[in-house]
Amino acid sequence: MTNDTTYRWPHKDLLDVTQLSAEDTLHLLDVAASFQEINRRPVKKVPTLKGKTVVLFFVENSTRTKTSFDVAAKRLSADTFALAKTGSSINKGESLKDTGLTLQAMAPDVIVIRHPSSGAARFLAELLPCSIVNGGDGWHAHPTQALLDCYSLRHAWNGIFAGRTLLILGDIAHSRVARSNMHLLHMLGVHLRLCAPRTLLPAGVEHWPVEIFSDLKTAVRDVDAVMCLRLQLERQQAGLLPDLAEYSRRYCLGRHHLTLAKPEVKVLHPGPMNRGLEISNDIADAPACLVLDQVSAGVATRMAVLYLLTTRNDGELV
Amino acid sequence: MTLCIKNARHLEAQVDILVRDGRILTMTPTGQQSPPEDCKFFDATGLILMPSAIDAHVHLREPGYEYKEDIASGLTAAAHGGFGSVMCMANTKPVNDTAGITRFMLDRAQQSHPYGPRLYPIAAATMGLNGEELTPLAELKEAGCVAVSNDGRPLASAEITRRIMEYGADLGLTLIDHCEDPHLARGWRMHEGETSGLLGVKGQPACGEAIQAMRDIMLSEYLDIPVHIAHVSAALTVDCIAWAKARGVKVTAETCPHYLILDETAMEGYNTLAKVSPPLRTEADRAALRRAVKEGIIDILVTDHAPHAAHEKEGTLDEAPNGFTGLDLAISLTWGLVRDNVLTEADMQRLWSRRPGEIFSLPYNTFNPGDPADFFLLDPNEDWIPAPETLYSKSCNTPFLGQTLHGRVKHHWLAGHQLF
Repeated sequence: MTNDTTYRWPHKDLLDVTQLSAEDTLHLLDVAASFQEINRRPVKKVPTLKGKTVVLFFVENSTRTKTSFDVAAKRLSADTFALAKTGSSINKGESLKDTGLTLQAMAPDVIVIRHPSSGAARFLAELLPCSIVNGGDGWHAHPTQALLDCYSLRHAWNGIFAGRTLLILGDIAHSRVARSNMHLLHMLGVHLRLCAPRTLLPAGVEHWPVEIFSDLKTAVRDVDAVMCLRLQLERQQAGLLPDLAEYSRRYCLGRHHLTLAKPEVKVLHPGPMNRGLEISNDIADAPACLVLDQVSAGVATRMAVLYLLTTRNDGELV
Repeated sequence: MTLCIKNARHLEAQVDILVRDGRILTMTPTGQQSPPEDCKFFDATGLILMPSAIDAHVHLREPGYEYKEDIASGLTAAAHGGFGSVMCMANTKPVNDTAGITRFMLDRAQQSHPYGPRLYPIAAATMGLNGEELTPLAELKEAGCVAVSNDGRPLASAEITRRIMEYGADLGLTLIDHCEDPHLARGWRMHEGETSGLLGVKGQPACGEAIQAMRDIMLSEYLDIPVHIAHVSAALTVDCIAWAKARGVKVTAETCPHYLILDETAMEGYNTLAKVSPPLRTEADRAALRRAVKEGIIDILVTDHAPHAAHEKEGTLDEAPNGFTGLDLAISLTWGLVRDNVLTEADMQRLWSRRPGEIFSLPYNTFNPGDPADFFLLDPNEDWIPAPETLYSKSCNTPFLGQTLHGRVKHHWLAGHQLF
């Protein structure tokens, strides 16, 4: 934990990494490290959040993020309730406002929302008094993913971010993971590169604090880590790509690319992976690949997020 | 009986006007003329005299969407906003594609506002706005339509666009075209640029507007038929129009006060009240539009008054519909531009009254003897804040909600009859 005992987590919600200072981020990662220790115990449960309620409101399909939040909450002894899109009022045309107010009436401490509309988490946070965690909103933000990526990289890089170079590879335009990682790692002093065909780069990317490449062999030169993004197959159907085989020929990260990077290069992927499309099979299974570290870091990081949000007012005189 | 408006400020002068039988009798410097014995006086000291505004682009939602606005509430908002004439778009339910709908609209206006503001319906360009079949424009014109438009549903086909222009030209109905390439950015929510990239929101590039405007310009030149470009939002479109006008093409164009005041950054925080079609663009676009209205490359201002119920704008950008209300606010917003030396009082009269009157052959007032006595008085020093209780429209979906505006319409006469 940080030595500064006067530090207080200042946020009601976690909507985007742009709200975090470097101090907030490092404090959160410290808390996550302390929870990672719990995850290695034979009995992986502590009573810290006993009596707290966490609602998992996932309007968009998700298995791993939802499970990760669920495990995180349960290991802290919080009760979790899931509201899925299928069979719910969302399918009956209820507005996000009304669903939010309904959930609030059940007095949860935290709502984790995943939603296909950018800005949905912020909308709920402005509407509701409970804490909101953005579990991914449209193409906008996925703060817990960026924090867990930071956690994995911090460990792999022995705590030193400054001066490192990270390449984000793939569909940047439609990626909340790319946006959140770009903001967070830039704040921590990491040099960022992006590599994608022009059709998968967002508008205004020339104003981002990044170097942009369309050729992977050039982009990967001397980097400390590569973050592969999942290619959604509907991008090809939408006419953004000619065919997946050509995409894979140009942008699938292979062993021959990694020989151009730093010798100790790490590979990240937010999952689920399309082996052979954006990441080659052998890289996916290589020791350099941190994918499973990321999953385990995900639980610890989300424990830290839930803990900091729900206990921020503890100790205050009521 | 004669009406005398005394001591009004008009284009930097102090004037008196005499009105009889719904028409301007004289306008003279204050005190130069003695009014007749039976005169009714109105002291306009401290107020600015302007001709009633003409709004060539509004959505009054009736029939079909009366929960957003109806013709009565829309015309009340127009009266209080300084508008003596409004041209209403056809995207009602049912669509204004048959004479019966036009007559219904005019009946409703006559019932609620027999003294005006005057309603001038715009005929749908295609049946049900489907972009495919022409509407019976002769019948629609006879019923009272003054122009033709597929507004809000961009015409994908150049062939159909050509036929609407040709068929309308025989009847003196000009096509008002909402220019947007319908294939370029399906599902857009805002301008495509730096802000949309950071917000992770699907954007629409400015060139999509210019592409369609250029198509219309080309057709207009080829056919030698006028065309009017609706709500121009992009600098690129301004350049296309300037080029066309220099070639002698019969193109005219409009923009809205909000494109002269706001830019894409109004969308930050996923502000659904700033979501509009076409979208708010960049600071450079805004600057180009300001120059274009000043120089007359863009001929007129319109509100594109597009009311939506409060609950419709409460949600995500994906849930919220496009559009701002404007009838209540537009004159105050334009006065703000005069205060900021972007426009002059004379520009304001040209953009809101004379040019729209000329383009759509509607009566307008230049304060010459015999002109219709359509005018309002504006208090240049009244500050006010748009809020549900200060707006006459049923809806208050405007990004200016809660902001202080300068100058407000205080009194309004149409054909010599005082509306308020």
